[in-house]
Amino acid sequence: MRQSYLKNVVTLDLDPEKCIGCGRCQEVCPHDVFALESGRAELRDRDACMECGACARNCPTEAVTVRAGVGCAYAIAIGLLRGTEPTCGE
Amino acid sequence: MKKNDWIVGEVAVSGRGFPQVSTRLNRADILGSLKARSGSSRMSYTVEPGLYAVGRPTPDSPVLVSANYKMSFDRLRKTLSGLDLWILVIDTKGINVWCAAGKGTFGTDELVARIAQVGLGDVVKGRSLILPQLGAPGVAAHEVLRRSGFEVVYGPVRAVDIPEFLRAGRKATPAMRAVRFGLWDRLILTPIELAGILKPALVLLGLLFVITWIRGGPAPFLVLLGRAGASFVPFLGAILAGVFFTPLLLPIIPGRAFAWKGWLLGMAWTLLYLALAARWQDWRTVLLYLLLLPPIASFLAMNFTGATTFTSLSGVVKEMKIALPVQVISAGLGILVLILTLGKAL
Repeated sequence: MRQSYLKNVVTLDLDPEKCIGCGRCQEVCPHDVFALESGRAELRDRDACMECGACARNCPTEAVTVRAGVGCAYAIAIGLLRGTEPTCGE
Repeated sequence: MKKNDWIVGEVAVSGRGFPQVSTRLNRADILGSLKARSGSSRMSYTVEPGLYAVGRPTPDSPVLVSANYKMSFDRLRKTLSGLDLWILVIDTKGINVWCAAGKGTFGTDELVARIAQVGLGDVVKGRSLILPQLGAPGVAAHEVLRRSGFEVVYGPVRAVDIPEFLRAGRKATPAMRAVRFGLWDRLILTPIELAGILKPALVLLGLLFVITWIRGGPAPFLVLLGRAGASFVPFLGAILAGVFFTPLLLPIIPGRAFAWKGWLLGMAWTLLYLALAARWQDWRTVLLYLLLLPPIASFLAMNFTGATTFTSLSGVVKEMKIALPVQVISAGLGILVLILTLGKAL
């Protein structure tokens, strides 16, 4: 069963001008967010993005950008308390 | 280094010996997994980083890359029976691939350094590595190629698909690329959630013991304990609604935000308890539980976002900004009712 989270919140962005159509984003995405249409990447299902950052990290031309992080309330709370980025424990 | 019984031999290539690992898990491996799942040894369950052999690999065999969390490593090797290949274990401080990639310890720097440290270029002829797809948030494939000369191919999400992936000429099907989060995946995570709530739950039980003691006056210890236990039941239900039933029923609970889903189940439990056990007899009790129980379930359910495979940082931040103040205010009012009624609302 496909599970979906909140709509219209993710920071994922794709600049079609910079895309060279290498397909890495599609290869690494665990939620099938990207599609390759006539040699260019496209955002097929933006709301399915979990902001893991795999696509942006592996994009050789920085066409894909996203503020990557963990979607974890506990980590966010710890980050707030310590005044740091969200961090899981320790 | 202590002797590991999952090392069953040695494979020699160009004058060097590499430990050969078993593709079957023994009783110690399975017990270790159970312990890590329950939270007792989770942070020290590691494998020494380095190059390992599966079967009888040659310089032409494929190279898989893995984290040095023992459970990840075990899940990988048990799927590889009958294959001949190398496993490069990189140092992720005992953290699994996905979480380590998020932190950057399963990352470009460590991978490039580990390739050099084991002298991988002298062991194998090929210049490509198969990485678990879930390592991709930490590894920039084009950087690895530039800095080490090794090309990165992202394999399937699940280790169990690796033999099929290799047979298909290193091609992953869409199903191999997708992360799933089925009933079993959610269920296997609940013990660690329950273990995490154990201490606060015991503190609460102690608090209820003191309140019932003050309110009811001196009584034999067992009687007091029985009363405290009885007044703990509504709270226990709220806790289970948050850490067990919300994860279990996640896809069928209406709504999207986890805090909302948890609140719904918490409210359902509260109404059930008020109707069946408290029978709506005391308005103070009704008010107390309606205010205090649902936010407990809501808060705990919200914490489950970190265990799922599909929640985004932006989404969780958004839901917390709304849910957290509501939870605090609701629970605060509940505690106020408890204080103003001098504990009689319990």
